[in-house]
Amino acid sequence: MKLKEIAILVTLAALCLTTGCGQAPQESKTTAGNQQTPPAAKKQYEPAYGDMIIRGSIGDASVLLPVLVSDSASGEITGLIYNGLVRYDKDIKLEGDLAEKWDISDDKLTIRFFLRKDVKWQDGTPFTSKDVEYTYKLIVDPKTPTAYATDFLKVKEFRVLDDYTVEVTYDKPYAPALGSWGQAMHPSHLLEGKDVTQSPLKRHPIGTGPYKFVEWKTGEKIILDSYHDYFEGRPYIDRVLTRTIPDLATMFLELKAGRVDQMGLTPLQYTRQTDSQLFKENFVKYKYLAFGYSYLGYNLQDWKFKDKKVRQALTTAINRESIVSGVLFGLGKVTDTPFKPDTMWYNHNVKKFPYDPEKAKQMFAEAGWKDTDGDGILDKDGKPFEFTILTNHGNDIRKNAATIIQNDLKKVGIKVHIRVIEWAAFLKNFINKRNFEATLLGWGIGIDPSQIDIWNSKKTGETQLNFITYQNPEVDQLLDDGAATYDPEERKKYYDKFQEIIAEDQPYTFLFVQDSLPVTSSRFHGIEPAAAGIMYNFIKWYVPKPLQKYHIEP
Amino acid sequence: MGFYLLKRLLLMIPVLLGITIISFTVMKVAPGDPVSLITDLNPNMNEEAIKRIRAHYGLDEPMHVQYLKWLRNMLMLDFGRSFASDNRPVIDKILERIPITLLINALSMSLILIVAIPIGVMSAVKQDSFFDKGTTVFVFLGFAIPTFWLALLLMILFGVQLNWLPISGFRSLHYADLSFAGRILDIAKHLILPIFVSGFGGLAGYSRYMRSNMLEVIRQDYITTARAKGLDETTVIFKHALRNALLPVITLLGLSVPGLIGGSVIFETIFSIPGMGQLFYQSVMMRDYPTIMGILVIGAVLTLLGNLLADLFYSLADPRIRVSG
Repeated sequence: MKLKEIAILVTLAALCLTTGCGQAPQESKTTAGNQQTPPAAKKQYEPAYGDMIIRGSIGDASVLLPVLVSDSASGEITGLIYNGLVRYDKDIKLEGDLAEKWDISDDKLTIRFFLRKDVKWQDGTPFTSKDVEYTYKLIVDPKTPTAYATDFLKVKEFRVLDDYTVEVTYDKPYAPALGSWGQAMHPSHLLEGKDVTQSPLKRHPIGTGPYKFVEWKTGEKIILDSYHDYFEGRPYIDRVLTRTIPDLATMFLELKAGRVDQMGLTPLQYTRQTDSQLFKENFVKYKYLAFGYSYLGYNLQDWKFKDKKVRQALTTAINRESIVSGVLFGLGKVTDTPFKPDTMWYNHNVKKFPYDPEKAKQMFAEAGWKDTDGDGILDKDGKPFEFTILTNHGNDIRKNAATIIQNDLKKVGIKVHIRVIEWAAFLKNFINKRNFEATLLGWGIGIDPSQIDIWNSKKTGETQLNFITYQNPEVDQLLDDGAATYDPEERKKYYDKFQEIIAEDQPYTFLFVQDSLPVTSSRFHGIEPAAAGIMYNFIKWYVPKPLQKYHIEP
Repeated sequence: MGFYLLKRLLLMIPVLLGITIISFTVMKVAPGDPVSLITDLNPNMNEEAIKRIRAHYGLDEPMHVQYLKWLRNMLMLDFGRSFASDNRPVIDKILERIPITLLINALSMSLILIVAIPIGVMSAVKQDSFFDKGTTVFVFLGFAIPTFWLALLLMILFGVQLNWLPISGFRSLHYADLSFAGRILDIAKHLILPIFVSGFGGLAGYSRYMRSNMLEVIRQDYITTARAKGLDETTVIFKHALRNALLPVITLLGLSVPGLIGGSVIFETIFSIPGMGQLFYQSVMMRDYPTIMGILVIGAVLTLLGNLLADLFYSLADPRIRVSG
């Protein structure tokens, strides 16, 4: 859908918090992919206005002012109410949203946005460059408790040229800059000079988007109605009702009873509980790769993992295919690099370490790990090869994957323990303190390929993201060059090389990318699965007149 | 009596203070805080932003300063604002959830009492009979069956297969369009399953308690005396025995007062009821200190008041322990 939702997705960790960890990600939290289930053949119908869609959500939204949003439940609602200057289209390419077009200066330092002139806030006030200026100032204001300041703090100068033109200048070329302007624009006429953390807009948002806020009953439901004067035209579906149903089994029953129209399925529900004829007639399932991957990360400060030969051998000893088939019921894909396999950034030609326990044993032996005392466990310098995999509580997929890894490594003579710890304690006492040997975690994959924060040699301080302490000057340089290059083809070269090095070094054993598994009532037409998922053209979804279920008084 | 009451009320103050100090300390000692949950492992966060957010919540100050600030606000009945990203006043968050939790718990409590007391009495009177053994099995079944499992089975049967009852929530989506009677009926339909499930689980405690009280009482001399007087069995049991056997139940009821607003996470999650249990659970998971403290304080006050009320009623009901003065 909109960029801000994807921005929210930056870490699987955040996603994990709001979805109860390990449940299937919900449809619009994840957005790209291919290989969707083809929708059943449908009769030809004319698009029509009307009807309501009821979406199930595990968590309630917490705040509906985009700058303060840090959870996906809130992001899914604000995504329908607000727009940014730019957005990603169905092929995950940037296109204009509130900005009609933009110019990038030859030195790649300045972006000039030309705003649409036909946009009105939902209270009737015209949208102008004042709103863009206000939004920029709001985000970089040190008093605003926002998670989105980093990109905007790189702006050297912000200038309003006229009512519908703004210009931003950066210190040095910064490729993720353009995409960062997908951040939702805030209404200056309602917020200027006020403390946003106390603003009534937190619970009664007013945006420029296709849907306008109607009602929010905490913990129960949020109702949005279509905004008839939306600049791209009135959306077909009159009302979007998001119900908070914290239990996925309950949500699934509500779906089957017809009181929920759309939700994200778990791999188990997708494969085992949706096969009946009745279900197939009433619902359409979709499947595409999510924007996130899981990995086994090794603490490179630990003497056992310092040798890359050992890490390569570990990857060779782990049967990743069996994790995908056993834990995800085949609904996912093994990955070898930190990019999404179906995007242009992914390098398919990196060195791979397919499952081969015999070869792994050989590789361990070459690295000096042999079973000299005959107890079935490899040892070196008199110390046995034994380590603990840490993972967070509440994510069964990670726990089960760890169990399979434990079993695989036992076969090559490595003793693995598994420890599952509550999220906050896990981060504070173990990850942030670097007090772990190996950890099974996930990262969200941003749409922009920049991954400096995870791999840069200097990002190893407490609470920083390179907690495995991966240090490689060549990688640092490649990522810096990548972030400073605008042309995608040119840029890809840096990231291809980066992936080759990472694949060779194996600081992580990259495990898998999960599938997103949304399901939607079959009365909704116009859904066209694309790289960006299904929600990108939500305003074009419709229910043909004869199939409409709810009548909404305008 | 008045002096006794005053003394008890005054004694509550140090106890409450103690409870808040312990709760506050335990909460702070637990790893993680509301800021780290947003900022840890988040590539968009830098040191400066983290400091900024910590300062916004007042988390940069020493623990005792934070406690004293909280206490000062509390004395003026200001519960503060939630640390969750909605940042709403804690009292609003609690007040909007209390009615539904109170309604469900009061109803299920009534259901439990209405069913459990007769079961307990009858089991005691007909000790070791088929009825006694049968109900024992029945109530322990209720005690042992996992709530979520029973709830799901009933939801599949009545919600999906038969389509008689709603599955989740406590009112329909078109609730606002209903007439007054329609609204009551709508809520009633939504509450049947939750109240049945929670009531079924709670039967065992009260009925077994009632049974053992009753057994004790009917062995007393005055019951033998009553029977010797030639009173009929119904009068003996329901007039002489039951009233005495009910006395200890008062204590239990007093203790259940805080439970009335407590709510249960599992149960509210399954039925999607936005109640106190969920609020407390979410607050703990998000390290939302003001909300946690708010709920704990209300719970502590209610527990202390419940105890006091139970003692008072006890002395009213039983002349032997009436306090002089």
